[in-house]
Amino acid sequence: MAYLTITHLEKSFGTTRVVRDFNLAVEKGEFISLLGPSGCGKTTVLRLVAGFEMPSAGSIQIDGRDVTGLRTTQRNIGMVFQAYALFPNLTVAQNVGFGLKVTGVARAEIDARVAEMLRLIGLPDLGGRYPFQLSGGQQQRVALARALAPKPRVLLLDEPLSALDAKIRVSLRQEIRQIQQQLGITTIFVTHDQEEALSMSDRVVVMNGGVAEQIGAPFEIYNRPATPFVASFVGSHTAFDALVVDPGTGTVTLGGAQVTLGQPMSGKAGSMVRLALRPEAAHLGRVAGCETVLDGRIAQVNFMGAIIRLTAMVGDTALTLDTFNRPDTPPPPVGSAVEISVAARDFITLGAS
Amino acid sequence: MTEQTLSLPPAAVGRTARPRRNAWRAMSWAVFGMGILYFALPLIGMIEFSLRKRRGTYSLDAYTSVLTDPQFQATFAYSVVMSLITIVLGLALVLPTALWVRIRLPRLRPVIEFITLLPLVVPVIVIAFGYLRMFNTSSFLPMTGTVTGTNVLLAFGYATLALPYMYRAIDNGLRTLDVQTLTEAAQILGAGWFTIIFRVMLPNVFTALLSGAFLTFSIVLGEYVFAALLDRPAFGPYMIWTGGNKAYEPAALAVIAFAITWGCMGLIQLAGRLFPHTRAKR
Repeated sequence: MAYLTITHLEKSFGTTRVVRDFNLAVEKGEFISLLGPSGCGKTTVLRLVAGFEMPSAGSIQIDGRDVTGLRTTQRNIGMVFQAYALFPNLTVAQNVGFGLKVTGVARAEIDARVAEMLRLIGLPDLGGRYPFQLSGGQQQRVALARALAPKPRVLLLDEPLSALDAKIRVSLRQEIRQIQQQLGITTIFVTHDQEEALSMSDRVVVMNGGVAEQIGAPFEIYNRPATPFVASFVGSHTAFDALVVDPGTGTVTLGGAQVTLGQPMSGKAGSMVRLALRPEAAHLGRVAGCETVLDGRIAQVNFMGAIIRLTAMVGDTALTLDTFNRPDTPPPPVGSAVEISVAARDFITLGAS
Repeated sequence: MTEQTLSLPPAAVGRTARPRRNAWRAMSWAVFGMGILYFALPLIGMIEFSLRKRRGTYSLDAYTSVLTDPQFQATFAYSVVMSLITIVLGLALVLPTALWVRIRLPRLRPVIEFITLLPLVVPVIVIAFGYLRMFNTSSFLPMTGTVTGTNVLLAFGYATLALPYMYRAIDNGLRTLDVQTLTEAAQILGAGWFTIIFRVMLPNVFTALLSGAFLTFSIVLGEYVFAALLDRPAFGPYMIWTGGNKAYEPAALAVIAFAITWGCMGLIQLAGRLFPHTRAKR
């Protein structure tokens, strides 16, 4: 049985349904990310788990116990907030020990646990400082230590990296993941940054309009998006409309060429289907193993360092493709005619268009 | 014309701009000096007058007379005690209300602000007569029938008068904090409302609380109408009585009142320095 189980969770504010029939089973020690655009309901789910909001329907179970009706103070959950939320009047050590102190833990035990937590986050000598004397990254690490100090059953992270600059964000996300794995704590992480979600999580829940559109491992979410929304929100892609020729073999006509996708599709012969192609699945020139070759003309060249993102017009469709930067091979000039190779298996079927 | 203006050398521009800037600066200083004079002259005059009780020489006779007057001591002590009670009453009323409005009822904030402003709009005499009518000896709650009852009534009256200042001071203090998130952070760590108020919120709005408290103190110390109508031996009526019966002592009393107010302001500054986190916020 899963460690954290969310069943048919619903939340409405007035007439607006913010979370709709949300179901999720999280294993002990698993790192789950709730990913979605602003207003998709991901933070509301987190707040419902924390007990800051009461659900309109549904239940939340932790370790086999129904916590739906419990107050926040009774749930033994740790949480890290986007705005750090450190208590300004308390030192780092007092902040970290706050949760232990309010639950009446002995002083010596608090001191030992605080020292352990400060070592864990790599700030063993900053216990006497006040939050305003720390950088944003340090403050967020202290917030993490404070959340972990009382040994919570579940750790909730509400966009903890959003307020930090890019470089610290990358290093801190690795640190958070490392600490989470070291402690084996069940974690729910809310983010709107797909890179964070894909790089840190065991599984990702992609949310849209209060609904979990897809739940799966990052590899699965990226490569086999279940809905057009997931395909468009996670990563970028080029969408094509293709004519279904044989739904049994997944044969379609695309840009005048017949392509066999190798997997059956739901549409009837003669109907239109929408296909998507990731930028890294399209290759410049003829490539062995890529049975589909499209003719295009380079419309845009974006040099991004390690990767060069090209936009080529294939008929009326602007197709995006990524190539690795090689110092001895400059990118094709804008306006040049190119051949683009695609393996049929790399097309993602998004459904009827 | 345009070409001529554009071709002016930078030095020429500087020649015209600098005197203008100097003129502005001189004017600013003049206005500032006038402001200082406007506030300082009456004070200096009052201090000077308070020192002239003994003919032909400056002395502290007026101050000695005031400070040794048993009536001064009694009324001052009474008002200090009443102000402390009012501060506690005001804090107990305003701090949880302001916190609750910020966390749970943000839409009610304009309504609460309007209510807290009412004591500035409704004349004190109206409130005092309302109290007398509601709580006189023949009413359902005859609070004016006993000394303690009247004192309690006076404390409530003072708390009402101090409400606009107390609420604004505390609300401004809370505005500098992310009250909602801090409350949730404390709650998820297991803290109840008592801990949240006294260990998280109160220390972080301490200077704001002090401002509210000292404003309340000043109001209570100088308040006349309530105390006079309820016939309580407060400092306000004593000051009015002294003003009508003595020459130099009222000036000495006013100087003492100023000294107390400035002392309070100094204490607020000191408190700000004693708490490093509040100093950082500024």
